[in-house]
Amino acid sequence: MPITQTHELHKRRFGRNLGVALSLVGFAAIVFGLTVAKIRQGSLMEGFDHQPRVSVTPPVERDQ
Amino acid sequence: MTDLTTNTSAHATEGEARFGDYIQLLKPRVMSLVVFTALVGLLVAPVRVDPMIGFTAILFIALGAGASGALNMWYDADIDRVMRRTARRPVPAGKVAPGEALSLGLWLSAISVAMLGLATNWMAAGLLAFTIFFYAVVYTIWLKRATPQNIVIGGAAGAFPPMVGWVAATGSVSLEAVLMFGLIFMWTPPHFWALALFMKADYHEAKVPMLTVTHGRPETRRQILIYTVLLAPVALGLALTSIAGPVYLAAAIVLNAIFLKGAWDIWRRDEAVAEADGYAVEKRVFRFSLYYLFLHFGALLADAGLRVWGIV
Repeated sequence: MPITQTHELHKRRFGRNLGVALSLVGFAAIVFGLTVAKIRQGSLMEGFDHQPRVSVTPPVERDQ
Repeated sequence: MTDLTTNTSAHATEGEARFGDYIQLLKPRVMSLVVFTALVGLLVAPVRVDPMIGFTAILFIALGAGASGALNMWYDADIDRVMRRTARRPVPAGKVAPGEALSLGLWLSAISVAMLGLATNWMAAGLLAFTIFFYAVVYTIWLKRATPQNIVIGGAAGAFPPMVGWVAATGSVSLEAVLMFGLIFMWTPPHFWALALFMKADYHEAKVPMLTVTHGRPETRRQILIYTVLLAPVALGLALTSIAGPVYLAAAIVLNAIFLKGAWDIWRRDEAVAEADGYAVEKRVFRFSLYYLFLHFGALLADAGLRVWGIV
């Protein structure tokens, strides 16, 4: 049997779920925007992963 | 599996809160002041902040303030229930369970501090964490019910946002940030005590040791004048720093003169006169105190604008 009647309680729950959904979408958008801003500023795009790599190690002076 | 509707008749309890009830837990009106002062702190700093990073910083400073509001409402539900002004808050009204308010406050605190740290720097995040701790623990749990100086020391929590905004931009605390803090810190007691003078019944019934209850109304009037006198040099001192300019100087002189006159008028009155005119002067000074703070920070912003456009 399909749900035919909605209680006021359902409206409240729907509003709450919608609010949480929009908050989560907003949060994801902020993290994305923040990441773009940080990369534009020249922040590192690679993290250290227990394995030395040229791209994440500081430049070495050549002239000795 | 026929019927999910069986649940519809069950338990439409008060505990089923609307989304707006959770927003109310964050004290949106207080948040608006936090947003404004933190924004000014961030914009007047002598460092250019990426707009997206600045927006994120302000958002999570505001969310941190909201989190401390939720923690405050969780702990203070018993006295909020007694006071007319606060009886309709979500927890005393039965819309949100105390445990929900507590967990919302704790989670939002953690998220806001972590995000501010990631967006700007960990000094700003640490300062935000301290602000939340100060408001939720030092003020709400400890001082509010223990001492009539609750407002004075608790005012520090409301004074931190411009400093957090400044540190988010610059990475360090400086004299300008301390004076912006001092401006709100010294402004809070006369602002709240003016309110307490004409809201007397509420604090008395809730047994909150407001100065009006513990030391009497004449003493409260005297303290309003003392703090307003102490506030003026802080406000004018800020005019001598690098972030202020002619707009701030003019605003500070005029606004402090008016506030001092108001505090003087409150001090000169006694209860009989105040009751006769329905606390007209106290209400006027309270309203003015809101403009006082808004216009001081607005003037700082105006001077920053003038500097950007090369006018001063």
